Amino acid sequence: MTMKIPYFPGCTLHEKAKNFDQTARAAAKALGFELAELEGWTCCGAAFPLVDDNLMGLVPSVRILAKASQQGEELVTLCSFCYNVLKRVNKVIREDAEKRDKINMYLDEEFDEPYTGQVEVLHFLEVLRDKITFEELAQRVKRKLSHLKLGPYYGCLLLRPPKEIGLDDPDHPRILHDFLGSLGCQVRNFPFASECCGSYQAVRAPELALECSYRIIKSARQNDIDALVTSCPLCHFNLDAKQQAMAQKYGEFTPLPVFYFTQLLAVALDLEESVWGFDQHQVRPDELIKIPVGEEKQ
Amino acid sequence: MKRIGVFVCWCGSNIAEVIKLDEVLEAIRKYPGVVFAEYYKYFCSEPGQQIIKDAIKEHQLDAVVVSACSPAMHQATFRKAAAAAGLNQYQVEIANIREQCSWVHRMHKEEATQKAIDIISATIEKVKQNEQLAPLTSPLVKRALIIGAGIAGMQAALDIANSGYEVLLLEREPSIGGHMAQLSETFPTLDCSQCILTPRMVEVAQNPRIKLITYSELESVSGSIGNFTVTIRRKPAYVDWQKCTACGACIEKCPVKVPSEFNFGLENRKAIYVLSPQAVPNKPVIDAEHCMYLTKQKCGVCAKICEAKAIDYEQKEKIIEEKVGAIIVATGYDLFPGEELDLYGYGRCKNVVTGLEFERINSASGPYQGQIKRPSDGKVPKEIVFIQCVGSRDPEGGKPYCSRVCCMYTAKHATLYKKKNPDGQVYVFYMDIRSAGKGYEEFVQKGIEEDRTLYLRGRVSKVFEDDGSVVVWGVDTLSGKKIEIKADMVVLASAMIPRHDAKKIAKLLNIGSDEHGFFKETHPKLKPVESSTAGIFFAGCGQSPKDIPDTVAQAGCAAAKVNSLFSMNKVLSDPIIACVNEELCQGCQLCISACTYNAREFDARRNIAKVIEALCQGCGACVAVCPNKAAEVKNMTTGQILHMLDQLQ
Amino acid sequence: MRIEISHEKVNSDFVKKIEEISGENIFACYQCGKCSAGCPLVDEMDLLPNQVMRLVQLGQEKELLGCRTIWLCASCLTCFSRCPKGVDLAKVMEAIRVQLTRSGTDKLDLQEVSNEVLAETPQLGIICSFRKFTG
Repeated sequence: MTMKIPYFPGCTLHEKAKNFDQTARAAAKALGFELAELEGWTCCGAAFPLVDDNLMGLVPSVRILAKASQQGEELVTLCSFCYNVLKRVNKVIREDAEKRDKINMYLDEEFDEPYTGQVEVLHFLEVLRDKITFEELAQRVKRKLSHLKLGPYYGCLLLRPPKEIGLDDPDHPRILHDFLGSLGCQVRNFPFASECCGSYQAVRAPELALECSYRIIKSARQNDIDALVTSCPLCHFNLDAKQQAMAQKYGEFTPLPVFYFTQLLAVALDLEESVWGFDQHQVRPDELIKIPVGEEKQ
Repeated sequence: MKRIGVFVCWCGSNIAEVIKLDEVLEAIRKYPGVVFAEYYKYFCSEPGQQIIKDAIKEHQLDAVVVSACSPAMHQATFRKAAAAAGLNQYQVEIANIREQCSWVHRMHKEEATQKAIDIISATIEKVKQNEQLAPLTSPLVKRALIIGAGIAGMQAALDIANSGYEVLLLEREPSIGGHMAQLSETFPTLDCSQCILTPRMVEVAQNPRIKLITYSELESVSGSIGNFTVTIRRKPAYVDWQKCTACGACIEKCPVKVPSEFNFGLENRKAIYVLSPQAVPNKPVIDAEHCMYLTKQKCGVCAKICEAKAIDYEQKEKIIEEKVGAIIVATGYDLFPGEELDLYGYGRCKNVVTGLEFERINSASGPYQGQIKRPSDGKVPKEIVFIQCVGSRDPEGGKPYCSRVCCMYTAKHATLYKKKNPDGQVYVFYMDIRSAGKGYEEFVQKGIEEDRTLYLRGRVSKVFEDDGSVVVWGVDTLSGKKIEIKADMVVLASAMIPRHDAKKIAKLLNIGSDEHGFFKETHPKLKPVESSTAGIFFAGCGQSPKDIPDTVAQAGCAAAKVNSLFSMNKVLSDPIIACVNEELCQGCQLCISACTYNAREFDARRNIAKVIEALCQGCGACVAVCPNKAAEVKNMTTGQILHMLDQLQ
Repeated sequence: MRIEISHEKVNSDFVKKIEEISGENIFACYQCGKCSAGCPLVDEMDLLPNQVMRLVQLGQEKELLGCRTIWLCASCLTCFSRCPKGVDLAKVMEAIRVQLTRSGTDKLDLQEVSNEVLAETPQLGIICSFRKFTG
């Protein structure tokens, strides 16, 4: 029986980051489990509300978690933002009885049972690490990727705040490193692996966001990295789609492709090229994936 | 029927303001058994005490109740006064009508007065049944054990030995000196640390009353003040130190290289080694884990080359048992573990070092012969960054406390670096400068003014390697700017923590330690060297972070406590302790597990429990637990308490 | 530049509101500056992140509401993750922002965002921007 895990894609994964979603689903299938998309899901709210006095900001996430609790005990997500919001809201529900009761009262027309934090919020990487295991993953790799020198770019929300998210050490993270290592890639460290890309300032202060992202690309180049790997559509946008603007502003610029980690998984498992979704990239990584002349395909 | 005298103190206005003392006196004078009652403004004063003494003689009092402040304040005073007048001191009881009455019932004078009368009456009932007791005496071994031979241990050893008593000085390393032996110079005088330390080390080794036991650890302790039995395990050195002439040939020929602990891995030592060139004792030990002969039966070159035939691969560990009268724990400190300093680049970047490592780098006897070079490539750093408060003052990521010495030793490092590299630039990231000692502030300011050391006020958020430099991201809150420095080398002033096995020692000795593992003093202000166990004292950084002058002072203080103990011929202790009615005791042994002071033991031959008087603190746990009413605390018996309660009905 | 501080300023309604909305103890901050040292968006800021915290401690409402810093924050949470005292500066920033956005001041006007930006930016970026910068 195929393991089914309730899955929350989030708005961006059905649109700008379709390739992220597609490659994840296809890879899951190949690995023997199913991402069962939550029925009738709504936006998670994107940003975890940083104010203590307005509970409305928590409602969208609670609604999603409540829906998930009707379909299972876990909820897996891909987008760093969704993961961060859902995980943090889940913690509030588990620990703050007053807020929990108020929100459940508000939602009581939609749901029969109150939501009390029964669902465990997981990131897809956790599923790979803990349920499939990286050792097993290494066995399933069909395509040689050892020529790739990759820089895992964690961004902000996958790791911070460390005490609440608890996925990994924010200053010295390993999960993406280990994942890429299990795929047989060369993994490179670089000091900007968890420095902010500028995030949503791309809308209001685009020059500033550009500067932040440029520093990351520059550091990657200085550390002998061929491509960055990320788990966040906003990071991907700032790092990939903005490279033309970077070239214009900073000159002397060699483009650097940016992958979603699930794309590399799809490539490693040798899934059909149509799934990889490289057409959504600004800086196309196709050449990078092809094995250099002289090396055999495993 | 005992003739009881009651003395009611005004305590100035502390008691008199709230309690109507005329009423109290009237009621107490009528109380059965009371032959004399008087009040006075300050009974603790000389004239006040004289009143009590005169009354004891004049009215032939058999017992005295002083109604005043808490016994914690003046019980000893009044007992002494009574004894001077010929009354047994344990016939003196204190009725606390201040802390437990006037001070807490200021608004209810009527009720407070009645309560005072009740308290005094109950105390009168108690004293009626008090026995004549005398302080317990136990024999005294006038030999001290000092655990740890760093500067604290050595100072205490010398102070005790020079007062005429014997000392066993225990050290777990092959040679003495502790961390001070690793320092290059000391602030604020910039004395060479070895130069001021070595004479002490030699003095300790040559003092006829000090028995130096190195390369040994404490195995167990039993007994009590004046009479401890300690077992010490002397690790096998595989070298006969009696025969060894310290010629050094074995060390030269040994083929095995191991990172030197003394030099924090910046240099190697051999498998047979002496801790440092000025080691006392200057005798080598073989590191059994790395020696080729001891692990694989290969090599054996040292044995072949030793002219004195001092190598002994068969040497076994030795267990030594000794009796001592007092113990001083001077185990010192460790630095915050490097594994947790990754945020500051330690471990990841070779050119990020700790303060102690910098001492070795700067030291003439260190890995670079005193040239300040950076570990990765030996380049002389031109831009050097010092970061203070690494792991200190950091409740979230480290220790919440201040490590006290880092501001000063960082200033020292900056000064020493500039002496050797006048063209270099020093940066210090700090939050505050704590330079409270004698000459300290002047030392810091001199460094800043003369060396143009840039003190940047702010913490550092990230350290990483980039293109051969160590990049430091910090901030200067004074100017409001985020700072980036491409440094050649970074030195971390990491937090001082207790030794990793300090808690283990504390448990062995049955002394308390705080939540950080530092040994706990009985009173933070007035009893800074006394542990919770009588006869065991501490000195140095094992108790809290401090600099060398304070360590030496504290060691002298601990030695003085030991000396004053040894100056008596026996140990006196309080007789208000538990006793066993042997007729009633059934040998169920419940009292033994109930006792937290290990003061109960089982006499298997007679099938009864016994009290180890020297250890008993009179807490009464055994009394509560005994199903046969065989346990009682002297002068605090169940009978007495019930009589007191009856009086309060 | 001289400012006046008094019991009223330090315990003003403004400060109380910031504390209530953020849920943070303003006086736990001991101005070590680690937040500023690690902030990735500090280059264009007029006040350093630690200075924002300082001005809250000093009750300086006007300067805080008029600064650029709070609108350049990307809520990356690096400050909170590194703070040795566990103070969540991101929440304090938010609390100051909502003083304006809740009272009708929007810092982002949909009309002024170009169609190009709206088209190319992933939805989540647009959602976040409007949540943070408008009322």
